[in-house]
Amino acid sequence: MSGALSTRQRNGRRFINGVAIAAMLYLFAPIVMIVLFSFNNPKGKFNIVWRGFTLKNWKHPFASPELTDALLVSLKVAVISTVCATILGTMIALSLSRYKFKGSGVVNLFLVLPLTSPEIVLGSSLATLFIARGTTFGYVTVIIAHIMFQVSFVAVTLRARIRGFDWTLEQAAMDLGATPQRAFWKVTFPLILPGILAAALLSFALSIDDFIITFFNAGSLVTFPLQIFGASRVAIPPQINVLATMILMGSISLMVVGFVLGLRREKITLGTAKSSGK
Amino acid sequence: MDANDPVVKLDHVRKQYGSFVAVHEADFAIGRGEFFAMLGPSGCGKTTTLKMIAGFEQPTDGRVLLEGADVSQVPPHKRNVNTVFQQYALFPHMSVFDNVAFGPRAKKISEAETTKRVNEMLDVVRLGEFASRRPAQLSGGQQQRVALARALVNYPSALLLDEPLAALDLKLREAMQIELKRIQREVGITFVFVTHDQGEALTMSDRIAVMSEGRVEQVGAPQDIYMRPQTLFVAGFIGSANLLPGTVASVDGGVIRIDLVGGAQVAVSSSQCADSVDLAVGARVTVMVRPEHAILGNGSEGLAVSVTDTVFQGSSMRIVGRLSNNTEVVALAPIDPSAPTPVPGSQCSITWHATSPYVLGGWPETAGSTTTNVDSIEAAL
Repeated sequence: MSGALSTRQRNGRRFINGVAIAAMLYLFAPIVMIVLFSFNNPKGKFNIVWRGFTLKNWKHPFASPELTDALLVSLKVAVISTVCATILGTMIALSLSRYKFKGSGVVNLFLVLPLTSPEIVLGSSLATLFIARGTTFGYVTVIIAHIMFQVSFVAVTLRARIRGFDWTLEQAAMDLGATPQRAFWKVTFPLILPGILAAALLSFALSIDDFIITFFNAGSLVTFPLQIFGASRVAIPPQINVLATMILMGSISLMVVGFVLGLRREKITLGTAKSSGK
Repeated sequence: MDANDPVVKLDHVRKQYGSFVAVHEADFAIGRGEFFAMLGPSGCGKTTTLKMIAGFEQPTDGRVLLEGADVSQVPPHKRNVNTVFQQYALFPHMSVFDNVAFGPRAKKISEAETTKRVNEMLDVVRLGEFASRRPAQLSGGQQQRVALARALVNYPSALLLDEPLAALDLKLREAMQIELKRIQREVGITFVFVTHDQGEALTMSDRIAVMSEGRVEQVGAPQDIYMRPQTLFVAGFIGSANLLPGTVASVDGGVIRIDLVGGAQVAVSSSQCADSVDLAVGARVTVMVRPEHAILGNGSEGLAVSVTDTVFQGSSMRIVGRLSNNTEVVALAPIDPSAPTPVPGSQCSITWHATSPYVLGGWPETAGSTTTNVDSIEAAL
């Protein structure tokens, strides 16, 4: 077959491959640079020009205490807001896809609003609200702000994932004597759990990453993005790259875990797993 | 099976959605150990009735009794009936074993007892070696049997089956009909079976409730329903029939004389008449003659027919013709090599034995032959 390729077809293939490689480079070059420059040995305060390979940044990843503190703040905020937003968002998604109720159309609209309106508007208006109520800026305001946009995100992604869920499965569970609670936890929940986890991971990333809304509502609290932004005018220590690379590796390993779990599940359904029962 | 020992009883049950009445006055009982079918075209209310027995719907009026107790307002998980869903609704994340064990575990039955029961039931449906498989790895027929085992393992008072064979192809469907009967005999549990397939209902059931537009038209044994339909709908829906409208001319000494629309007069024994038919002189009635009961003659007696079509069906010949008033009639004649086969365009006549015709009240919407069979219904859907 391949011998029968004409010159034109071969050139066509080369062109497609070239475009694909260029697109990959475009996507991955910044990430590669981040990882690469975590091994740089910069002169001065700015880690911008390659000065030679070193491991010293990796030996002291937490050498910059402001950066480390900011990362801890971000993680704390992200964990709390993600847990709250996932629970609330899951409930919204479930009720919207299961029931037709009065006002479900309005809820649908409100759900999309935070995703479509500019962050600068959300952030500033939320800040105005807090100021008007005399709320002190800090953890609470940042977490509330993050939950706000994460809830929409979780609900919308999860609703898309559970569209087409076969609700007769719940009926079947109750028919077999399960209480509505048991039917949910034994049947519905395990089946939609992958969707919930995916939505949670993505919204966690949104929280870690958020700058604009956080900026308006943080007060004196400094999250990781705020710290980097503030510091970049005076110094860009290589620790930024080290911590960013760590976060990157963290998310890659999560993806690998997810992939392996998926593979194992596939194996079970293909009948390689033995033994019946539990 | 004993109708005096009803497992399920519908007491003047009515179900209304807004102004739409899905079920009018369903009032019948299903006996212990019975294989009971609810039969009717789609939208006749049979599935709604099943859901009211299962507990997924509550009757607007009337009561549903289970083992003598009123369960009208009892939620599904507290009713001792189990359902086999049309698309099986097996739990995709659980093995076959765990699917079947779901009911006993929900009822907090000990794990040892659960294992024993599940294995027993998997043997009944002949899926013992598939216990560790996932539903997705099974064929349609096997999934169906898992659904059966999952429902039967709870020893329900009644097993409800919602068009259980509709998702299977024809061959598998026929095999499962036999399989279902075998399983029912083996476990001795009451089966309540919803279907739109009259052939399925006739071959499998002890009794059938024929439904149409939310009304129960007739409840009875298959032979009864076929031989002695009580309404024109039942006569037309079960098997095929020639429905010949007419008016009562006289009733005399156990013989009803009827003037058929189009001229001829026929005499029918008054024992061959549906209950509560108005037999006043001039009342509108319909004479039903099954195609297999129509006997072809050479035209000297009976109804004159001009043949329009003949179809060879292997065991018999199907002859389609028209009466003088253009009403279409169908006769099934046994294949007889010695007798000449009528050809399209020729004239002949049909007669019947005295026990064959059956008198029903009212006139049908369209006179003549009805050829209700599953294929034509399915094609229409």
